[in-house]
Amino acid sequence: MTSPSLTAITRATLAKDLRLEWRSKDAINSMLFFALLVVVIFAFAFDPTAEESRRIAGGLIWTALLFATVVALNQTWARELRNNVLDAYRVSPAPANAMFISKAFANFIFVAVLQFLMAPLFVVFYSLRSVGPVWQLVVIGLLANWALVVNGTFFAAMSIRTRNREIMLPLILFPISIPALLAMVEATTQVLTGDSSPRFWIQLLAVYDVVFTVVCLALFETVLNAE
Amino acid sequence: MKNAFVVFALATLALLSYGLYMALVVAPTEATMGDVQRIFYYHVPNAWAAFLCFAINAVASIWYLLKRGLKSDAIALASAEVGVVFCTIVLITGPIWAKPVWGIWWTWDARLTSTLVLWLIYVAYLMLRRFSSSGRAPVLAAVLAVFGFFDVPFVYLSIRIFRTQHPQPVMGGGENSGLDPVMAHAFLWNLVAFTFYALLVIWMRYRLQIAEQAVEEAHAERALGERA
Repeated sequence: MTSPSLTAITRATLAKDLRLEWRSKDAINSMLFFALLVVVIFAFAFDPTAEESRRIAGGLIWTALLFATVVALNQTWARELRNNVLDAYRVSPAPANAMFISKAFANFIFVAVLQFLMAPLFVVFYSLRSVGPVWQLVVIGLLANWALVVNGTFFAAMSIRTRNREIMLPLILFPISIPALLAMVEATTQVLTGDSSPRFWIQLLAVYDVVFTVVCLALFETVLNAE
Repeated sequence: MKNAFVVFALATLALLSYGLYMALVVAPTEATMGDVQRIFYYHVPNAWAAFLCFAINAVASIWYLLKRGLKSDAIALASAEVGVVFCTIVLITGPIWAKPVWGIWWTWDARLTSTLVLWLIYVAYLMLRRFSSSGRAPVLAAVLAVFGFFDVPFVYLSIRIFRTQHPQPVMGGGENSGLDPVMAHAFLWNLVAFTFYALLVIWMRYRLQIAEQAVEEAHAERALGERA
């Protein structure tokens, strides 16, 4: 029996996940409301003026998105666990990475939608106006999204195998993500304030994305089969 | 094996005593910082020991993923635990040194911050082990160690660039700039002593872990026997 191709399975799993999400809207609703709450709480906690908010907005945006992303990431594998899909998947000849890629893509799309919806909210609530070019923020947003989601999807697959499932994910994701977080916050702040070029930080994010995508793809099968 | 362990332990004890003597008695008092500077002979060797432990952990973890031997997992666990202890000591003795010399307990400078991040990564590693079933813990932990291994260059690079853009609230210069030969001598003895000490503790923890694995295996075998 020949095993089905990687792209075919990836596409099928991704389509299934997107259809499920389209009908339930579980992930996007909980992420969106959670991020909204974080934004409101930050506004109370820091009470920023317009000038100040431009300097701290990079940090606020990414902290809110990071927390919201964890909400979505935690739901990634829960459904598959409940119906023993992971076990079925393990014994099937399908390549393990197809599962991982489709889950990571699905999360990437969810977080991208979240970013798209949250951006205007930040602009309104913190009266932001970017000094640097806005298209750079889009590049940073996509690279940062993948940086969080690729490792997050991977660590979510690890943390559902532990006893305290949902709390384990941020405990292992946050320490590893610190350089990526630093890069996305700094890059965003540089663009918003226009103080200096965000080039170094964007490059760092891009290299981080490439390195950890390779590491995830190399090790996912090991994690899927860990017993 | 047991004899080798005892000899090694005695050698470590002798080295540590000599290192302590060198640091407290032989080494001259530093001109500007005074006796506080003597924490240098404890602080820096501990940092070295911590990094050595983490390096051993990385090698053992990769080895485990390749060969799946329980021994390499025991080494990985032992070195991670011991490394976290050494790293904690570094993070505690650092502020004790910084307060009288710099006037502040903590500064988010490059070296302090990256040591803290390294500590966080390895605490996460131990947490993951703690909350995984015994069968899965070695694989999951080894995988996380690989992530940590690839993360370290990013941590150092990003924090270095991040910090050089800001003025440093630090008054003292680097301690290696023109170190007195007697001080360097005392420092090197302590470096050797703490290397031995780290290896000794890893060895002890490793033996304990091997014993634990044997007990667990015996339990599993007995459970199987009862069922049959």
